Amino acid sequence: MKNWVLAVLAALMLSGCGYNDFQRLDEQAKSAWSEVLNQYQRRADLVPNIVATVKGEANFEQETLTKVVEARAKATSIQVSPETLNNPEAFQKFQAAQGELSGALSRLMAVSERYPDLKANKGFSDLRVQLEGTENRITVARNRYIQSVQDYNVLARSFPSNLTAMVFGYQPKPAFAVQNEAAISTPPVVDFNKK
Amino acid sequence: MLRRWLSALILSLLAWAACGQGLLPVPALSGHVVDQTATLSDAQRQALEGRLAGFESSNGAQVVVLLVATTQPEDIASYANRVGNAWKIGRKGIGDGLLLIVAKNDHKLRIEVAKSLEGAIPDLAAKQIIDSALTPRFKQGDYAGGIDAGVDQILALIKGEALPSPNVSGSANAGAAGDLFEWQNLLVFLFFGVLLGGRIARSLLGNKLGALLTGVIVGVIVKLATTSLLIGVVAAIVATVFTLVSNLARGGGGGGTFGGGGWDSGSSGGGGGFSSGGGGDFGGGGASGDW
Repeated sequence: MKNWVLAVLAALMLSGCGYNDFQRLDEQAKSAWSEVLNQYQRRADLVPNIVATVKGEANFEQETLTKVVEARAKATSIQVSPETLNNPEAFQKFQAAQGELSGALSRLMAVSERYPDLKANKGFSDLRVQLEGTENRITVARNRYIQSVQDYNVLARSFPSNLTAMVFGYQPKPAFAVQNEAAISTPPVVDFNKK
Repeated sequence: MLRRWLSALILSLLAWAACGQGLLPVPALSGHVVDQTATLSDAQRQALEGRLAGFESSNGAQVVVLLVATTQPEDIASYANRVGNAWKIGRKGIGDGLLLIVAKNDHKLRIEVAKSLEGAIPDLAAKQIIDSALTPRFKQGDYAGGIDAGVDQILALIKGEALPSPNVSGSANAGAAGDLFEWQNLLVFLFFGVLLGGRIARSLLGNKLGALLTGVIVGVIVKLATTSLLIGVVAAIVATVFTLVSNLARGGGGGGTFGGGGWDSGSSGGGGGFSSGGGGDFGGGGASGDW
């Protein structure tokens, strides 16, 4: 009888100390992260089509094109898993690679404006729309990931749930570092990084 | 100690204020057509409203048209996404919502599609609607005609998708039931926690200090659970009083009043004929255009 009461009390205490919240937010962050990966994958799948279309343009700037191909190869070569989240170094590397691809793609799109044939090409403008949609989805997925990480980290750091985090060894999760990307990709419209 | 709590409170308030700084507020969802620019005449607006309301009652999907002057400082894609996710248009459990946003002074427009409709209206189709129906008429200043033609094509595409019929209301009550369960959990925990913890605290620290400590702890827990400072404070006072009084009454009745001040503070939205289904999830799908 006494054991039973203790067990119930312990369960109540745990849920009161945010143990369940940790599990819930952890899962939420993981699924938000999967969505980010999903959208990055979608973009990576789109790139070969874009490259093939642009290659049809006779004298397209080779350097820009090569950079896109290389950046895609680099980004897709990095293996990611939910465990990446708990490894800041791997997370940084993944982010850097994806940021490089973002930069290369936006440069490609900016350059393509100079080729009237390409602009008039129906297939290419369709790809443009798809790329734009994918970039939007990446932004949304990233925002949601940041939001869920914030929820998790607030719980891990605020009282009294930080005691639970301490006991079970829950670490704050990494969020996206924007300055890293801003250095790599220079958006054609606004330059945040003027030195 | 008190000062640190106070400065933490002020800091968090400041952070909260800074967070929303600069962005446009999400307009109130007053109907299927929200026109902040007075571009449409009353008759045009009512005709469009009638069509969209009729479509909702026959097919279920919620399509909303929003006209704003500008979306600055955000670009139209992120503004549209923010509005979509704030309104959550689309039926609960189905999430079939669509938002057509026109930023008149920016000369930009966007069709923002909820995830469940991304199959019916992929980005390319949205872009095609914008290019073929909307922007040519917008260029001539014919906003009502452009929106009409665009809505025509949008509704036709949604009709082609096999969505559940509107009288099947999905799992509309699932969310509310889940909420209630959480509340019960908390209530049970607080009840036992205060009974037990209050007694321990009083025997360790004496009557008044023990009761005060119990009250503070309960307040913090309730504050964390409800994220409302007011409810937390009310619960703290109730718990303090209860612990004090239970000394005299020996755990007599009245325990069920915990957090009683807070229950009625739940969301009391709605009102008016049209309300969002609350199920739409906007993941950035759709397309933008300009004219």
